[in-house]
Amino acid sequence: MNRQTQKRLLGAAALVIAAVIWQIIAEYIVGRSFILPSVTDVAAAFVNLLGSGTLLADAMVSLEHFGIGLIAAFLLGVPIGILMGWFRVADFLLDPIIEILRPIPPLAWIPFAIIWFGLTTQAAGFVIFAGAFFPILTATYAAFRDVPKVFVEAGKVLGCDTSFELIRHVALPAAIPGIASGIRIAMGVGWMCLVAAEMFGVSNNGLGYQLWHNYYLHQMPNVVVYMLILGFTGLIIDRIFRNYVDKQLLRWRAGEVA
Amino acid sequence: MGGVSIASLGKAFPKEDGTATQALEGVNLEIGDTEFICLVGPSGCGKTTLLRIIAGLETATTGSVTVDGRPVTGPDPKRGMVFQEYSLFPWRRVIDNVAFGLEMKGVAKEERQRTADHYIEMVGLSQFRDAYPYELSGGMRQRVAIARALANDPDVLLMDEPFGALDAQTRNRMQKELLSLWEQTKKAIVFVTHSVDEAVYLATRIVVLSPRPGSVREVIEIPWPHPRDRTSAEFAEVRRRVLRMIDETENTQ
Repeated sequence: MNRQTQKRLLGAAALVIAAVIWQIIAEYIVGRSFILPSVTDVAAAFVNLLGSGTLLADAMVSLEHFGIGLIAAFLLGVPIGILMGWFRVADFLLDPIIEILRPIPPLAWIPFAIIWFGLTTQAAGFVIFAGAFFPILTATYAAFRDVPKVFVEAGKVLGCDTSFELIRHVALPAAIPGIASGIRIAMGVGWMCLVAAEMFGVSNNGLGYQLWHNYYLHQMPNVVVYMLILGFTGLIIDRIFRNYVDKQLLRWRAGEVA
Repeated sequence: MGGVSIASLGKAFPKEDGTATQALEGVNLEIGDTEFICLVGPSGCGKTTLLRIIAGLETATTGSVTVDGRPVTGPDPKRGMVFQEYSLFPWRRVIDNVAFGLEMKGVAKEERQRTADHYIEMVGLSQFRDAYPYELSGGMRQRVAIARALANDPDVLLMDEPFGALDAQTRNRMQKELLSLWEQTKKAIVFVTHSVDEAVYLATRIVVLSPRPGSVREVIEIPWPHPRDRTSAEFAEVRRRVLRMIDETENTQ
């Protein structure tokens, strides 16, 4: 038996054992589905929800919120990070502002998200943006500061005359790995903000919204289903991104990203 | 083509406390069209600084550098540079590294690939044209770096201890290959090295710098043809002379 199959078998066995223990505790020790739904309760709830047909719509709405926040964070975070990483004056100007705003927890922006955008998709997107923006900004900034000096000098002696050319042909390609791992962190943070962003009722769908809604209905097995779906979706998004970056952007690197 | 002309060149680096470190002072040097110059000197004498000023990566505080009659004001592809550390762009394949300068010049893709292929062949790496730098050994990387500098068809090739990080065997082989490239392309080469042996093996003239502030202490002509015999008595004699010179100046500090 090789290492790979051994790893898979042991992993599967651990999952089965954990499920059995969970089932025993839920059924014979706790005994109340409201406090701790059992595996079979959750499985039944999952089948039920599949039948009701809202799961896909919930996932799509959540992905929309997530997408808005992340794309906005990318479109603003990368250029500002480049400016601050490349031009000293931009760094000196923007750094104090960034340092004051950065430690504010993303969820603290919820009141203003509602006041500025109302109960809209954009409001939820803004909360996710607040979580995703700073990891992308700081990663881009750090990646630009870390571009080896010799690459920049090589670019200069080979004919890059302007900052724009040096950024486009030398600094940006060199910074891609750093920016990519910043985006990965941002996606994790953004996904964590999703449940809170959907809590205040910006839509009647969404994985985070449904989690709260089922809690109010005391449908705890459903809550567990949404918890697990949130976890799996986050995992899949991360895998897809990582795969894409490794295959498409970082073929020139021997190792893995981040 | 008129070579490189350095006149009463000085360079001071400002320090934190407001004073300045004088790295170079009163450097005068004329470098002909097809010469192979090696710059040697005690450590900290400013040989790399001098090379970087010729490249346009540093600006002189006093004096001037002209190449082909035109003063140096900044980096220019007409002065090719090979760095001590690995400077290949790791995200570009060998062919695209070598073609980089032509790409910046706006040469059409087909033509620049053809030119790049020519120089890759010249350094003997045709079968690695599509490899990424991480797949190459240290010696191969420096050969690609040389091809990349040559692809711009520079007037002068500046080399900052390019073989310093290589093992002794690879280093000897690279020296032979560099000489053959020099004979094929007939470029002027300015080569900074710590190794007096390397300098005596390669140079048509060795320029010995004095300790900080660096200036030209002595210029030694080596008229022998290449390839040279490292084990010969005359080779050993010149090497001893240069070493003594560097030693002396280091001890008078």
